[in-house]
Amino acid sequence: MTISFTINGVPKSVEADGNTPLLWVVRDTLDLKGTKFGCGKAACGACTLHVDGEAIRSCSYPVKFAEGKNITTIEGLAEDGKPHPVQQAWIEEIVPQCGYCQPGFMMATAALLEKIPNPTDEDIDNNIVNVCRCATYYRMRKAIHRAAVIKNTNS
Amino acid sequence: MSEHKTKKKFSRRKFIIRSAIGTGVAIGAVYFTRPVWRRSIAGFANTAELPYNGSTDEPRIWFEVTADNQVILNSPKVEMGQGTFTGLAQIAADELEIDIRQIKVIHAPTESGNIDGMSTGGSLSIVGLWQPLRELAATMREMLKAGAAKMLDADPGSLKVAQGVVSGNGKSLTYGEIVKAVKEWEIPDTPPLKDVSEYKFVGKPIPRVDLEDKVYGTSMFGMDATLPNMLYGAVAHSSRIGAKYVGADTSKAEKMPGVVKVVKENDFVGVVATTRMEAELAKNAIDVGWEVDRNWQSEDIEEMIRVGKGEPVTIQKSGRAKRILNNEEDVVTAEFKSPIGAHAQMEPNGALAHVEGDKATVYISTQVVKLTRDEVADRLGLKAENVNIVPTYLGGGFGRRLHTPNAMQAALLSQAVGQPVKCFFNRKEEFQNDTFRPPTHHIMRGKLDEKGNIKAIEHSLSSGDVMFGSPLFPAIAGSIVGADLGAWRGGMIQYRGIPNYRAVSWRVKLPFATSWWRSLGLLANTFAIESFMDELALKAGRDPVQFRLDHIQDDEAGYRLREVIKAAAKRSNYKDEVVNGRAMGFAASTDANTPCAQVAEVSIQDNEIKVHKVTCAIDPGFAVNPDQVRAQCEGAIVMGQSAAMYERMFVKDGQLLPTIYGPYRMALMKDAPKEIDVVILENGDAPGAVGEPPLGPIAAAIANAAFRLTGERLREMPLEA
Repeated sequence: MTISFTINGVPKSVEADGNTPLLWVVRDTLDLKGTKFGCGKAACGACTLHVDGEAIRSCSYPVKFAEGKNITTIEGLAEDGKPHPVQQAWIEEIVPQCGYCQPGFMMATAALLEKIPNPTDEDIDNNIVNVCRCATYYRMRKAIHRAAVIKNTNS
Repeated sequence: MSEHKTKKKFSRRKFIIRSAIGTGVAIGAVYFTRPVWRRSIAGFANTAELPYNGSTDEPRIWFEVTADNQVILNSPKVEMGQGTFTGLAQIAADELEIDIRQIKVIHAPTESGNIDGMSTGGSLSIVGLWQPLRELAATMREMLKAGAAKMLDADPGSLKVAQGVVSGNGKSLTYGEIVKAVKEWEIPDTPPLKDVSEYKFVGKPIPRVDLEDKVYGTSMFGMDATLPNMLYGAVAHSSRIGAKYVGADTSKAEKMPGVVKVVKENDFVGVVATTRMEAELAKNAIDVGWEVDRNWQSEDIEEMIRVGKGEPVTIQKSGRAKRILNNEEDVVTAEFKSPIGAHAQMEPNGALAHVEGDKATVYISTQVVKLTRDEVADRLGLKAENVNIVPTYLGGGFGRRLHTPNAMQAALLSQAVGQPVKCFFNRKEEFQNDTFRPPTHHIMRGKLDEKGNIKAIEHSLSSGDVMFGSPLFPAIAGSIVGADLGAWRGGMIQYRGIPNYRAVSWRVKLPFATSWWRSLGLLANTFAIESFMDELALKAGRDPVQFRLDHIQDDEAGYRLREVIKAAAKRSNYKDEVVNGRAMGFAASTDANTPCAQVAEVSIQDNEIKVHKVTCAIDPGFAVNPDQVRAQCEGAIVMGQSAAMYERMFVKDGQLLPTIYGPYRMALMKDAPKEIDVVILENGDAPGAVGEPPLGPIAAAIANAAFRLTGERLREMPLEA
């Protein structure tokens, strides 16, 4: 079937089996490789992207549900050549190690900050539930708080 | 570190120059080292170190200078998060006299010749390249200066170099301009290396060189590699332990949508299709015959892993520990256990292979570039030099990518269809085909004298294979070194002020693959030894920190261990008392010559252990990048906490389970301590190991803290209050 959506501000139409996970359409068909495969069962969050502003685990999201929707991936998080506050904070805290899970964490964090502009540690614990095997959680927590400050200062 | 001296003699080397396609000039070097095997085994036996195995006689391209005055460093070590690329960039930039932004570190493809003969692992990338890379970079700088001297008609001694620009005689030239013009290179003797105090980048907390790419999502990992006309492969794997492939009915799979070809080999069956989903569905439609000879259960494995079963090897002995502990009264005994651990790295294993005639190219996340190449070449009957392995960033390593049979499978699939094929494990396959951290069983015995000092101590360890499970070590290594050096890493008694001590290792071959897992035996061995030290200290009525200090010998290693113990205690304001429902637990270890001490601050909430804060003091000798030393400590502490408190694979009806995150419980954001305080000491004369040593103390530190709250010793991982 043909599925049409907007991704990172660009309208796209793709031919795919409607049950194909959105992740594979994004990675293999549209060649946006920043969104990662981790488990295929929505258990780790490496594939997190935004559909209409909501953080979605795209490995378990059939592409047919993306029809007419607005998708943002890590490649589209920065605006006007400026890093997103979350990316800015991630750079300032030097968060990534291997880096593989980081786009998923940043997408989850960006969505969290839209809902809760000043998350407490408890908010972070309850909402940021992705898996990082390098265990960069300590710096991520600092970066999330920092991102909130950057975002609130900018706006 | 300001009194740093270069102790080692310069190694023999020979430079080669060749023009590089599309860039300027490639400068290579043959860096002679001792024969690979002798050195690695000897080195490993002494310190559990796998050194940089630089060389055969082939030239290897280290640097390329581009026309726009950038330097590309072909790294023989891979970047898996440990920060090695950043450290190498700092070291090279300082000796080359260029800015850190002028250097780009890339993974050396095997065709560049710059192949590490062994692996990226053992926390030894910076350790091994510290000397060779500085020598190579300094020599190249002098070559460029000599070339510039002729071009500028200046006295070489009068030249000044900064930011990759050589100035003299009122004029200046960029390195890019020099390499473009010079045809005949003079290769000087290696110049004196700079003193560490002169370095601009080495020793400073420089941001990671791969930081921005990783934040913008543009770094290429193995799974991101793509080639035109690429197809997707999937290989059938049994979920059963010890299953042998005995054939397959592929008639149904052949008719599935998108299938290009079903590929049957002697030892596996796979399928190639136009999309990943089609490949996966077609694979599931193959009726595979597996021969399974036993229905393994967790109890079978536990029965095998017991001190006293198999063959013992005494790995450490001083004094008469055995006689004392066998014959005297009041011997304290305690048993400890650790479970099977999964790597669970985020990027699954797999490869993109393209076989064209007698040549093959493989893109892969690998820690063993040479082994990956040789396995592909052997299996496909190709010449090794015709197989180009292109290493990518690794989505986690942790030792898992020291085994890469996926490369050979992807290559066979590609050969069968004549197109590039990308073939990866799904997560269930990843969990069930892991090369696990082996389960362990420990018996500690100790005897205090009348003053409350340790008179004798003994650690007996039973473990599945670590080193012996690895294709990196030929069978002969076992007979040379005796015990499995990986299994007993961290298993020796580090308190050599004790008059009688002994460590014994019992080897067990398990029915599934066990091998390298970040820090190897260090995590479990330190859990046993340091929990026991705490028990002995309390039995003697002594402060656990002072008790440890009192048993350290007077030598350099003892001095450095003592200093990290004192630093961790001081920084954490360690007190052996419960305050507001929180207790502190202390532990220390020495791994690959790097001592590390940690204090865990813990409470019990809803019958679960909660780790609030960890203080860590580490002495890597010298920190090339203090921020990345810190980052490695932070990560290792939480990875170790995760293994200590939550992780456990079990065996049920012949299957290793669980096969997914969540049920394979790991530390998440909510579990990680909200405070991690790292103190770096530098009591050495060169950079030492960092990536693994801080995994040592954490399990015992947490268990020792929990004991103060519950009154019960936790002697089995995962720790449950």
